Amino acid sequence: MILVYIIVILLAGAFLAWISGNLSQVWPRIISLITLSIDLLLIITYLTQPTPFSSKWMIDIQYDWITQFGIGIHFALDGLSLLMLLLTFVLGIISVLISWKEINVKVGFFHFNLLLILAGIVGVFLSLDLFLFYFFWELMLVPMYFLIGIWGHENRTKAAYKFFLYTQASGLLMFISIIALYFVHGNSTGIFTFDYIQLLGTHMAPSTAMLIMTGFLAAFLVKLPVVPLHNWLPDAHSEAPTAGSLILAALLLKTGAYGLFRFIVPLFPAASVTFAPIGMALGVIGILYGAKLAFAQTDLKRLIAYTSVSHMGFVILGIFSFNELAYQGVVMQMIAHGISTGALFIMAGQLTERIHTRDITQMGGLWEKAPFMGAIGLIFSMASLGLPGLGNFIAELLILTGAFKASIIMSVLACLGLIAATLYSLRIMQKVFYGKKNNDWKMNDLSLREKIISITLVIIIAGLGFYPQPVFDIAKPALLKTLEQHTDKTVQQKEPVGEEFKLKSNTSLYKISNPL
Amino acid sequence: MSETDFYSLTPFLILAMAPIIIMIVISIFRNYEVVYGFSVLSFIVAIFSVFYILPLVPHNIDPLFIIDRFSLFFLGIIFFSGLLVTFLSYDYLKNLQGIREEYYIILFTSTLGASLLTVANHFILFFLGIETLTLSLYILIAFEKSKDRSIEAGIKYLILASVSSAFLLFGMGLMYVTFGTMQFTTIMVAMSHLEKLPPLFLYGFGMMLVGIGFKLALVPFHMWTPDIYQGAPAPISSYIATVSKGAVLAVFIRLFFNIKGFENQSIFYIISGIAILSMFVGNLLAIQQKNIKRLLAYSSIANMGYIIIILLTGSDKGIQSAIFYLITYFITTIGAFGVISLLSTKDFEAEKIEDYKGLFWKKPWMAVVLTLCMLSLAGIPVTAGFIAKFYLIYEGMKAGLMLLVFSMIINSVLGLYYYLRVITTMFSTAGKTELPSVSILGKLTLTIITIGILALGVYPGWLIDFIVRNVIM
Repeated sequence: MILVYIIVILLAGAFLAWISGNLSQVWPRIISLITLSIDLLLIITYLTQPTPFSSKWMIDIQYDWITQFGIGIHFALDGLSLLMLLLTFVLGIISVLISWKEINVKVGFFHFNLLLILAGIVGVFLSLDLFLFYFFWELMLVPMYFLIGIWGHENRTKAAYKFFLYTQASGLLMFISIIALYFVHGNSTGIFTFDYIQLLGTHMAPSTAMLIMTGFLAAFLVKLPVVPLHNWLPDAHSEAPTAGSLILAALLLKTGAYGLFRFIVPLFPAASVTFAPIGMALGVIGILYGAKLAFAQTDLKRLIAYTSVSHMGFVILGIFSFNELAYQGVVMQMIAHGISTGALFIMAGQLTERIHTRDITQMGGLWEKAPFMGAIGLIFSMASLGLPGLGNFIAELLILTGAFKASIIMSVLACLGLIAATLYSLRIMQKVFYGKKNNDWKMNDLSLREKIISITLVIIIAGLGFYPQPVFDIAKPALLKTLEQHTDKTVQQKEPVGEEFKLKSNTSLYKISNPL
Repeated sequence: MSETDFYSLTPFLILAMAPIIIMIVISIFRNYEVVYGFSVLSFIVAIFSVFYILPLVPHNIDPLFIIDRFSLFFLGIIFFSGLLVTFLSYDYLKNLQGIREEYYIILFTSTLGASLLTVANHFILFFLGIETLTLSLYILIAFEKSKDRSIEAGIKYLILASVSSAFLLFGMGLMYVTFGTMQFTTIMVAMSHLEKLPPLFLYGFGMMLVGIGFKLALVPFHMWTPDIYQGAPAPISSYIATVSKGAVLAVFIRLFFNIKGFENQSIFYIISGIAILSMFVGNLLAIQQKNIKRLLAYSSIANMGYIIIILLTGSDKGIQSAIFYLITYFITTIGAFGVISLLSTKDFEAEKIEDYKGLFWKKPWMAVVLTLCMLSLAGIPVTAGFIAKFYLIYEGMKAGLMLLVFSMIINSVLGLYYYLRVITTMFSTAGKTELPSVSILGKLTLTIITIGILALGVYPGWLIDFIVRNVIM
């Protein structure tokens, strides 16, 4: 039941925050904070109890929803989703805190959207019914659209549009694939259901599997994003308010990675192997091209946005390496990138709040004015370039080692990304905090609230860097399960399958049962 | 005429009685509130009468009527939509100068015409129904006599509708020549005896398709739609989009299934061509509109395209999904036009999209309803439109109509573009436009619609169940 409570609490909190916005500006903030803290506490108390980490699903609940189509409400929790939930709530709380001073108009509606996005994200991490999954996948779009479109910077409308159209169009392709998978499974077994567990191991002809997988890939690769499909990301990230950028970078992108883990690899074992070389190549291109573009930006938020493209390249590289080492790295990368890039966006937001520009050519020499902020900026720039002792190092090292087993060339090329990362990370520090002063800005250092936020994030990222073992322990069963399903099926599918099932022959353009 | 015959016609008798009573009342004592109250009451009684005759069906009154669950279902939808339109008309007409009680008389006669279409089993009743509907609509469209655009729209509709009726009539004539009967069910029997269908049948059906296509506003017979939607009073625009189209769709489905149009290759291709064209033309033209009434007009063209193509599955399942789609479309369209009509006053029609600038900060409640309607039309989850679109795609894929599915997907994205624009406008910083306050009744109607959209979006099982049990051809 705890899983249902988590989502219901978020939804209830969202509406309460909206309504309370009529009373005062403070209430929505407090309500959101309480809502998210309750959810975080629920997860933590669950963790402190003896948890069945090693079992397939720690919690697994199912209800009927639209029985006519075999749609159910099926939530389940495993190590991977647990980690993602923790990340979501921690960053959710932080996004409320950083908006405390920044958002002063329509505060109630802002927090309504914020909590609704988080509810959508949590739903995505927990759903094991494909229809329900798509439902949540789309649920987070509209509030995110509002968040960018109402509280964003100058070009917010265009950015919001772009974000919505990209994600919606790719989402619809996934939707067709979900329905196609449903029919393929139903026609071969007679059980028409959207349930993930039952759909696992559906027999498909390789070409069918490839087609269906492409639909899923479209949605996940746009969300991740992968290079030819990344066009929406810099705009959305740079125009969104700080909380929006934080959630986009730290959580929304992770839903794409999560989707690859949860759906692509286990549902299409053979097809995903076929796709793997392309996937890894896309990852490498993303790493290098993202880094190159990041280096060329002058808008601080855009720069950080492109580093996300680069870092997400590691994720896709790891996922298509199909081994435990790489997978552990990917999970670590998802968390560490969430924290470090989130922190950089927070820093960019704090700077913009003080000097009202995001242009790094206008900055320079700010260390003197704000040493504390400079120190925090230094730590997260170092995290971004993969300095040992911080979480990102562990992640990237593991991914590269894992990828080395799968493809030496790709791994070697991806290593170049680390050098590129050094370049753009150092450039941030150089242009913003060191160097000569381009302007004599009047600015204060971080306030107490901002210090608390930053220090929390520093503790987390350093903790991940020095003692990553708990994360590995929690994630391990889930990752092994994914790999097991994957390898099982790959072997199975290579054997001649008795009843090879193709999409029904009448999937040709038109069915004409009785022409004249 | 037996007693059962008489009882089974109760809903029509109520609709025929209501305008007569209103006429008598007006001639004695002219009072807007009284007439209005009576109209609402009559619609409610009519809705109940549908349930009253439920045990009597299926019941045929040869040769004209066929009263079955399918027609009762459509009757129910039509009466309910009529009721909602009546609710919305109250505020819209209250401030109108001059006579306005007659509006409700005409509303009843047109609804009578629409309801006759749902039970038509014969070309004569088909034609009678469609003419009663059209002639009444022509008056309703031009009801605001002081506005030039309203008169213009009325005349346009009259002329074009007459032309399309001529086509329809000619088509019926050709069908009669071919089969020697005008009854749908006997045409079906006659067809089954023929080895090869005569070409005249195809011509006849083609002609009828022109007439029907006009009423359903399918491309290339859609030209009238934006002008009429724009010129007519907002509640009447929603009436045309829902009741009028729904009724014509009902009789079209019946005809289409009786002549087994989906088995005929030429008809199959013609209809899919029309449907796909409607989707693309409707959506592409809607993108360029600056007037929300015109935007909704083009969107209605696209939506009819989605519904028409699913008829090609030729199965009960396909029809069921089309009807689910139709219901959600009715609710959303009435909701959207409801917001427009509630925000309009006698001198000011809230029809330009920029009039809605900052609506969310001035009238959050109205903006939320319109946002939900737009999201539902775009097919975003939590709204009814999402489930409806899913249902259509589901049945389309099951029947292997992949072309339909892909055109729908492309069009969903196209549609999203302009629906989002309306939403964006509402949430941008406030404009200068002064907006009127909204009555309790208007709020009540919008509440019903909001609940409908959300309830069908989150828990649609019961309605699907209900449709599956009742709508069987």
